[in-house]
Amino acid sequence: MSNGAAGARHGLGPRLQVRALTKRFPGVLANDGVDFAVAPGEIHALLGENGAGKSTLVRMIYGVLHPDEGEIRWDGRVVRIEDPRAARRLGIGMVFQHFSLFEAMSVLENVALGMDDPGGMAALARRVSEVSASYGLALDPSRGVHTLSVGERQRIEIVRCLLQNPKLLIMDEPTSVLTPQEVERLFETLRKLAREGCSILYISHKLEEIKVLCDRATILRDGRVVAECNPATETKGSLARLMIGAELKTAKRRAGHDPGVDQGSVRLAVEGLDLAAEEIHGVNLKNISFSVRAGELFGIAGVAGNGQKELELALSGERRAKVAEAVRIDGHKAGHLNTRARRHLGLGCVPEGRRGHGAVPAMSLVENVILSGYDRMKLLSSIFIKDGEARRFAKRVVETFDVRAPGTGVSAGSLSGGNLQKFIVGREILQSPGVLIVSQPTWGVDAGAAAAIHQAMADLAADGAAVVIISQDLDELLQITDRLAVIGLGVLSAPLVTSQVSVEKIGLLMGGVHGTAPGSDRSSGSDRHAV
Amino acid sequence: MSAESAVLIMLTVISAATPLLFAALGELVVEKSGVLNLGVEGMMLAGAVSGFAVTVTTGSAVLGILCAAAAGALLSLVFGILTLTLAANQVATGLALTIFGIGLSALVGSGFVGVPVVPLPKLAVPGVSDLPVIGPLLFGHDALIYLSILATAGVGWFLTRTRGGMILRAVGESDESAHSIGFSVIRVRYLAVLFGGAMSGLAGAFMSLSHTPMWAEEMTAGRGWIALALVVFSSWRPGRVLLGAYLFGGVTILQLHAQGAGGLGIPAQVLSMLPYLATIAVLTIIAAGPWRGRLDAPACLGKPFRPST
Repeated sequence: MSNGAAGARHGLGPRLQVRALTKRFPGVLANDGVDFAVAPGEIHALLGENGAGKSTLVRMIYGVLHPDEGEIRWDGRVVRIEDPRAARRLGIGMVFQHFSLFEAMSVLENVALGMDDPGGMAALARRVSEVSASYGLALDPSRGVHTLSVGERQRIEIVRCLLQNPKLLIMDEPTSVLTPQEVERLFETLRKLAREGCSILYISHKLEEIKVLCDRATILRDGRVVAECNPATETKGSLARLMIGAELKTAKRRAGHDPGVDQGSVRLAVEGLDLAAEEIHGVNLKNISFSVRAGELFGIAGVAGNGQKELELALSGERRAKVAEAVRIDGHKAGHLNTRARRHLGLGCVPEGRRGHGAVPAMSLVENVILSGYDRMKLLSSIFIKDGEARRFAKRVVETFDVRAPGTGVSAGSLSGGNLQKFIVGREILQSPGVLIVSQPTWGVDAGAAAAIHQAMADLAADGAAVVIISQDLDELLQITDRLAVIGLGVLSAPLVTSQVSVEKIGLLMGGVHGTAPGSDRSSGSDRHAV
Repeated sequence: MSAESAVLIMLTVISAATPLLFAALGELVVEKSGVLNLGVEGMMLAGAVSGFAVTVTTGSAVLGILCAAAAGALLSLVFGILTLTLAANQVATGLALTIFGIGLSALVGSGFVGVPVVPLPKLAVPGVSDLPVIGPLLFGHDALIYLSILATAGVGWFLTRTRGGMILRAVGESDESAHSIGFSVIRVRYLAVLFGGAMSGLAGAFMSLSHTPMWAEEMTAGRGWIALALVVFSSWRPGRVLLGAYLFGGVTILQLHAQGAGGLGIPAQVLSMLPYLATIAVLTIIAAGPWRGRLDAPACLGKPFRPST
């Protein structure tokens, strides 16, 4: 067990040491004898795929979960961390992946709630301003959280931790919701903290970030520690091998394809699409125009909550446009049509939400293929379901897309996130749609399944379909799309050819309308919504 | 209409509004913690019958009022165990609680129907109580009416000015977040539910000891449901609960006076429906309206919470 070079440098033992930590959930061994240590002032990465046990591990360190076996040592002493209060008393702070914030309350109230001894509110407001100024984390204590962007929300959590002078800061997937520029600023803050002696436990599956930021990395796979290394001296490929246990596959476009060049007919055309938001904090779509040709993968990038959800609904037909010409599928006016009529024209859709939107969790896989495929796959005869046909189609989806399920009779809700996503994508693709809309195709999906989903979308395009991918994962869009556009505050940028753009350019487009600079944060507040 | 009869009408409005105010304030706190307890009517009846029975038996109104609050809290504890500990459906459990409360109170109160009781004494302040108009309106009420006004201010102060109130709101806003920060969601909700029960009990005690000093089966006559509607009407703000309670109290009294004045040609039954029609109208307008109502509802209202450990 290495305590890390940083520990030796400080002439101290590890600040946090975890020994043989084991946690079981019904049917799953989430952590299996995990050992690792973090030195004072060290930025230590916990690297692993979704489901590798990273979140379980840090939730035990923060006292949200309790280990079944093993021990946690803090500054050399064995401690039992009953709850997050006990963790905070030790000096452990945590910034959650899904923020632990309260939408309807103010920034100040949110900060106070996360502290055990906040003192008077006026004094606290002053301290919030001081800390946010000294770490470059601009925050207005009196604002309501529901008016803030995701990046600003994360700052609340960080400031809340910093006010308690933590000795260990746990960051759970902090960058998944940030623009590239916001990520850079976050890293500066973290480096400054580390220089001041605060240890940082940084959880991510993004290899590039870990190489740039972290001193050491502990790599988890299936709940076990499989390696410890210095990420700076590793390559992305070698880290991926350690993390996945196999070579990382990337989607291959079929030969003969020439991305970005006008070819094939326009299959999906959106022109001047305006749509007022339905929800209170929703985003109005403003004059959205783009077209996608046969054989093309078209990406829509942007920070969460800038109109992606609204655009998805407007394309799928769940919300209809005011004019029929706003959406055309293979030349047919479709803006006024409902989902059923659009599906009939050849539209397929994989919505962002899997449980309850893309699939009915309580229904079987067979029933779930009937729900979206009854028309195109001819699974009905008059009012009756053709049971045999439906079973065969569901079986074909499961087999073609390697969905790990004990059969097609099991409920969709019993599948893991990655398997369910493969099932939903497979169900849509095997209906051979002319236009496929996919929102967040690989969210919460492990790298192997993600590669399979990317490949399937690329193959569908190669067969002549137009594919629209709405994603927050910029790397994903840069890797597989031919062209992409950025959505911000309900406005879509002009399309860019993917092979000719830089991350910085897209980051600026994402941030430009989004307002990441401290001064511009306030200007665009009222109609912004972030998830 | 003379000043005296106007004052008399005002006094009856206050009397009609007070049980609504108690029950709605209690339910507001419950809902702010993210729990929807539809058993208000049942808890009010439990409070009404126990307050009445204890006062008649012991002769002590104070003891009666305390027992009424305890009875309401006890019934809400049943609700808490079912919905918070056992994670049963809150709507179904709340409805069952109302039906249970109706039956239980009828059973307990069967020996008390028609029994006379001394109404709660008016707390007269020598000198000022005899002033015309202001005297009776401000200084001639019983203790529960003053308590209901104090409770409105107290709940408002607690929710917005204290750490406990902030935690309560946080739990109702996002139980998951509150849990991951380290608050005991279930404990906070138990306390809120018990407070709601006690307040419903007080509302019932006011009904049977002051508003109409007697016991009759189902004497609350749907006021628990009006109180529930008031919470939505107020968009979860104590000050607006007060306003709403007096508004609904006013409608109730006006229809009585309209009936007394010969009904203006409208059948008495239609006039009796007015407070309930007003409730439905208000709820419909708030639900359909593009504005605030939905935004102010606690985000976790009615959702069961099961912490993972």
